[in-house]
Order: sequence, then C-alpha cells, then structure tokens
Amino acid sequence: MRIMDHPVLGPMTPRREVEFFFEGRKMKGMEGEPIAAALMAMGIRVLRRSKWYGQPRGIFCAIGLCTDCMVVVDRVPNVRSCATPLREGMDIRMQLTSDGMRTLR
Amino acid sequence: MKLMVSKKTRKFEIIIECPEEIPCNPCEEACPRGAISVGVPITNLPVLDSAKCSGCGLCIPACPGQAIFIFEEREDGETIVGLPYEMLPSLEKGNQVMLLDRNGVDVGTGEVVKAVSPPTYSRTALVQVRCSPTVARDVRAVKKVLK
Amino acid sequence: MIRTQVAIIGAGPAGLAAAVELAQEQVDVLLIDEQEKPGGQLVKQIHKFFGSHKHYAGIRGIEIADQLFSEAKALGVKILANTAAYGLFGNRQIGIHKPHTYELGIVEADRIILATGASENPLWFPGWTLPGVMGAGAFQTMINVHRVLPGKKVVIVGSGNVGLIVAFQALQAGADVLMICEALPWVGGYEVHAAKVQRQGVPICLRTTIERALGQEGVEKIVLIRLDEHGKPIPGSAREIEADTVCISVGLSPLAELAWMAGCQFCYIDAMGGWIPVHDAWMKTTAENIWVAGDVAGIEEASTAIEEGRLAALGVALSLGVMREETAIDRRKEVTERLTELRMGPFGETRRIAKDPLCSL
Repeated sequence: MRIMDHPVLGPMTPRREVEFFFEGRKMKGMEGEPIAAALMAMGIRVLRRSKWYGQPRGIFCAIGLCTDCMVVVDRVPNVRSCATPLREGMDIRMQLTSDGMRTLR
Repeated sequence: MKLMVSKKTRKFEIIIECPEEIPCNPCEEACPRGAISVGVPITNLPVLDSAKCSGCGLCIPACPGQAIFIFEEREDGETIVGLPYEMLPSLEKGNQVMLLDRNGVDVGTGEVVKAVSPPTYSRTALVQVRCSPTVARDVRAVKKVLK
Repeated sequence: MIRTQVAIIGAGPAGLAAAVELAQEQVDVLLIDEQEKPGGQLVKQIHKFFGSHKHYAGIRGIEIADQLFSEAKALGVKILANTAAYGLFGNRQIGIHKPHTYELGIVEADRIILATGASENPLWFPGWTLPGVMGAGAFQTMINVHRVLPGKKVVIVGSGNVGLIVAFQALQAGADVLMICEALPWVGGYEVHAAKVQRQGVPICLRTTIERALGQEGVEKIVLIRLDEHGKPIPGSAREIEADTVCISVGLSPLAELAWMAGCQFCYIDAMGGWIPVHDAWMKTTAENIWVAGDVAGIEEASTAIEEGRLAALGVALSLGVMREETAIDRRKEVTERLTELRMGPFGETRRIAKDPLCSL
C-alpha cells in the first residue's frame, strides 16, 4: 500500500509509472523505486524461497545489507531488491536456489 | 511542571511534561518572552516563569518531544486544550475530535476551535480544542471523529 | 584509479560533517556512499531533533541531511553514490564496486575516514524468517523513504528510542501499532517518546517478548510471552495475537569490517554496541591513515555523529599539515564541548564514560 499523503512528508510526488513482470505477471511500479518497494505496493512480500525447505523470504534490513530480499532480474541472480531501482520491462523472478540457477518457465 | 497563570482576560495553565534530563532546549529558544528557562547544562528541566508567560503557545509545536500543553478557561466558561498535532487527517475549525488521555483512552469528544500550522512550526500543528472542564486536563491527544 | 587527498567512506551525518569541515580547509575530499541518496540514516528520520540550536534542535533529520549535503556540494566535495567500498588495501587504497553497473575501481587517498555507521541487530525466534519480520529501521525506510507500508498490524519488539520513534512514525504512516514489547521491566528510550505513542493508544508491555511468529507465506500471528524477574519465560503466559508485521529494535552494531581489514585495534564496549575501533580524541585509530567517526566508532545518535565527523576532519587536517596545531586544538575544544553537552544526563552517562580515556590511546 502506497502512502499517498503524510503529515510530515506531504503528498507523494509520483514518478513515471512503468510496467514490469514478476513471476511472469505484468505489474506496474514507479520508475527508479526499489524493486522490493514496487512489489510491496502491489501487495507482494514473498520475494524468494529458501534453498533447502522452500520457505518464504522477504525484506529484512531494507538497506542492502542482509541479502534476504534477493530476486532474479532479467536472468541475473542475487539482485538485492531493496537496493536496486526498478526499470521499465524488468523480468523479475523469485530466487529459488542459492546460485539462482533455475529453468525459466 | 504545571503553572497556573492568571492574566487580565485569560486564565490558563501550561503543562510541560518533560521529566527526564535530556540535552534539549528548543522550548527555551522558542519562547519570545524568555519565560522558559533551561540554561546550562541543557539537560536541566525547563522552568516556566509565570510573570513572563503570555500563553502564546509557541513552545507547544517547538518541543520535539511534543510534551507541552495549554489548558485555558475562557471568560465565557469554555475550556480549551491546546496541543501539538502531527497526524493525518489535518484538523480544522469545527472538526469533532475524540479526546484521548495519556494512555490513549477515550475520555470524551471536543470541537476544534483553531488549528494552525504555519511554516515556522515545521509541520507540527497547534490545535486548540473546546472540551468539558472535567476532562480537559487529562487530554494528551486528539483523533478526528470520522463520520 | 581515482586519486583524492581524503576519502570518506559513508555519507551519513558523520561523513558529511567531516567532508564539510575538510573542504573548508580546501582539502580535496571524496565521499563514497553505497546508497543512491546521501544522508545515511538521516534520510528516514522525519522527527525533530533534540539538543540545542547548535545541534540542529527542532530540525527534522531529513532537513539536516539536505543542509549538510548542500554545504558539502557548495564547497566542491565530490561524491560517488551507489558505490560500495568493499575493501581497504595498504591503508591507502579503497576497492570500490558499483552494484548496478558492475564496475570495479580503486580510490587512492592519503587519508581515510571510516564513517560507515551501523546495522540493526536481528532477534532470533521461530518464524523470524517469515516475510513481515524486519528491522524497525527497515520498516522506517519503507515508510519514510519509499512511501510504502509493509503491513498494517505492527508489533514492535524493543522499547529503545528507535522502537519508540518508529512506532510513532508507523502511526503517522497509517499503520496500526498493536503494541511495543520490552523484555526488561523498564522502557529503554526517552519518557517523552514513550508518552507520544502511549497517548495514541499504543501499549508498552514490559517484561514481554515475542516467542514466535506464525504464518504460511508471511506473519499472520505472533505469540508473546511474559518474563519473570530473571528474564525467564513464565510458563502459561503465552498469548497469541494477530499481526502482520514485527519490527525488531534491539540495538545496533557498528559496520566496522573495513576497520578490521585495516588492522585497527578494537575494544569491546557493550554500551557502545560491542566491538568498536579504538580511537583517540582526534578520532584516529591505531592503523596508519585511518580515522573513524559516527556509529562505527560506537552507537550513539546523529547529532554526536556530526560532531565526531568534525573531530575526525580536524585530526586529518592537522595530520595533512593544512591546519596549524593551535587552530586545530581550539576547534577541537569547541566541537568537544558540543559533543559533551550531548552526552550529559543519565542517558548519555555510559557513553560519556566510554568515550573518555577508556577507549583512547
């Protein structure tokens, strides 16, 4: 959920809306915002699954340190979604293994 | 600390709920009449000089801890609570608000008689609410009543 | 290879203040910061600062960041944003990496100031890996910087100033803060911060902590337990509440890897966040060419970080020979006075004692 208005920060200045894909689904986000923020605004908080038990993982530190938020972007793994800006047309997938190797459906 | 102040046309009480020694003195800086003293070291608790206080309320939005309140008994018998407000929705004159005590318990409703948020207050509004005299001094926060 | 006289790693309050101080002496300064926007933790601090006028009291953290950065830019300070300093080599070369473009590089500097700040401590309980469990600072970043709400039913673990402030900011962002739980029998942070949230209806539950978080694809419920006077869970005290977000605020730890790499001597001071690089009154470490400032040198706050940045800058300026010793000592006295003011009172006492000779050469 986006915080459109705020008592201290004021109304949100919108940035250019861009389309991207998450797990093959078309989504919309704001250009340049962290991928994790765009996904969160779309109600998505499961960003990947753990290697051994497939447990859901999402953001933890939100500042690019802990690597809990990693996703695969345009076939490149280990992208920290909290610290990487969203660009138009990005193909974002949940990272399912530690090396990001998976067959794209 | 509390102070009952009686001026010619206004009877008001300032409450500064600042109980700990923290390095902080914006209240002293904000008062145009030098009525609040913190001095040195700046961990001193603020002391209000009733002779100098005009009840202007400038200290209220200036306090970063939002710890200052004013309770006023007007000539016409109205009781007004003045407090800092930094939430949404922004309040304006005429709004009905829930009155909350220091534990967030609802102690009644009141009506906003004035709400100002000039740039000098840096987005902390000073809100004045008319309420029942029996609950006034318990009020520490307000919440707009949504229809 | 990028050459500079002084490289400052971290453009938070300490780094920015150091940069301004040095640039005023016409020193060639390069700031390196891994975030897109400089300001460190200031960029999410929407609350008004305490202190006095000299300490930016009454000004919001976000505005202080803007002010410091503008000053730095106006003085010609260069900044490499989106750039991680991943290593220190020979105490003169910094390995840099730009994660978004995969560029690698080296910055060579005569003097290096580490102003890398700190990271939030985790808290391990069953379910802590579920989406919805995050640092309180993480929640703060999402709401204040990225303007997105991670959840609506928030529980905060830890009642230090970070937990209390984030609780209030969560309310300002439109979340419902169910409670702040605190394992100790007293509130960790300032009474005034606690009062701000309690009057909004947020209870602070003492001797209470989170036992586990439950949910399938994310936090749906949490189990709280009460602790006895020995800090042990009281059997039968467990209760379940619905929540979708758990914010952990149980302290910070210095991000001091680069200081370790440089061979700095460390000391362990619990009250300052654990292992901190030993430094003197000029913020100089035991390693050649390396100074420290801010949270990396001990967990405090942004206002003290600013002053420590200035101290480090004076130390560096003196060592470079661009400032007379007399001037440096005079200026250091001014800064140290402001710093000492911030460390007065019961909250500052342990830090004041720690920063005194205990940790200096």
